Amino acid sequence: MNYHLNFHFVWHYFGRLEWGLVLSLELAVLGVLAGTVIGLTLALVATASGRVVRTIIAAYVEFIRNVPLLLLVYLVFYGVPSVGGFAYSPTTSFIITLAVYAGAYLVEVFRAGLLAVPRGLIDAGRAIGLTPAQRVVWVTLPTMFRIVLPSLGNAFISLFKDTSLASVIAVPELAYGANWIYTNTFRIIEVYAVVTPMYLVTGALLLLGLRLLERRFAVRRA
Amino acid sequence: MRLMLTSLPFLWQGLLVTLEVSGIVVVVSLVLGVVLGTGLTYGPRIVAWPIRVYSDIVRGTPLLVLIFFVYYGLPAVGVKIGNFWAALAALAAFETAHVAETARGALQSIHLGQTEAAKAIGLTFEQRMLYVIFPQALRRFLPPWVNTVVETVKGSALVSLVGIVDLMFSIQQVIGRTFRPMPLYVLGALMYFVINYALSLSARRLEARFAYVRE
Repeated sequence: MNYHLNFHFVWHYFGRLEWGLVLSLELAVLGVLAGTVIGLTLALVATASGRVVRTIIAAYVEFIRNVPLLLLVYLVFYGVPSVGGFAYSPTTSFIITLAVYAGAYLVEVFRAGLLAVPRGLIDAGRAIGLTPAQRVVWVTLPTMFRIVLPSLGNAFISLFKDTSLASVIAVPELAYGANWIYTNTFRIIEVYAVVTPMYLVTGALLLLGLRLLERRFAVRRA
Repeated sequence: MRLMLTSLPFLWQGLLVTLEVSGIVVVVSLVLGVVLGTGLTYGPRIVAWPIRVYSDIVRGTPLLVLIFFVYYGLPAVGVKIGNFWAALAALAAFETAHVAETARGALQSIHLGQTEAAKAIGLTFEQRMLYVIFPQALRRFLPPWVNTVVETVKGSALVSLVGIVDLMFSIQQVIGRTFRPMPLYVLGALMYFVINYALSLSARRLEARFAYVRE
């Protein structure tokens, strides 16, 4: 083993990693936000509709959850434009993929959350004269968000790691930055010795922040 | 449609590689994961700590980064094991950590009274594990473990990025020749879906079967 460590190039091109990390975080945030919209909408629709609609939603969830994300990334970026769909930039295309992917996971999370809202709270809302829409907005949703916060947070951290797949369609996020530096300088050990901790520390900080948030919004059980 | 049919034998070869990679990784990660999970739960601090560090690092790193690191990194430091085994090692390292956490969760869920009772009747550590703890932990372990198997099959698509000709890679090859991405991605997605959905269903069935058992 005669490999000589040389971090010079990694620091020289560190900007690519820095901005890559920022983009990774942005992708994860947009993914979880759009996924929340998709997931929550479908969860509300599913609880309010009959078997046919529920089956369609279940088919979407099962399909997405049982197919590799890499394949979905390719499918949206290369496949959809080839059959006359809209062609998006790599970044937009990846955000759409991530949203569809996150949505499938979050439907289940929100459905469980909606079911876990205590019946008594909704009845109490009815008793003080709230309309059905008001009950959903002021009673069900706020309580549900407190219940699902841990799962939502874990999904977010998981999505943050999944953003590394955007590198395969040349979205300049963190993993892409790492590959770029590697292919241009061949300092493989050094690049990954820097990038891996970047993922780890960011993930750990996100986890810490979420735990604090959870404590703040913890559901106090009687 | 005809394209889907004519490319099927070719994709079949890729599917076999995907199944081979997943199969080896599932077996290796099961054995190593259960050993590490047991060490994590019952080992002294000197054993449990390194496992905890390993598990947290590997689970906190994206699989893609791990695969590239092992694939390009090992030759750089003089270890030459070929691209197949390098990709496999990375995937196995990743899944092992997940299996270890599943095993730890299953083992910790067994009531402490069980261990105490086993100690009281004079069973050694090996006997306690073999006859008391493992049989009970098994039904807590199996359903989430099948989900890790699904994750392994899905994760194995990433080995195509380092040139292993698995199902994902075969799909890309056919597209490279025919310039018809959509039918092939859909066909490939269906192939992955069939395997993984069957596994997911079996996980759900296991869960339902074990659900009635009371503590």
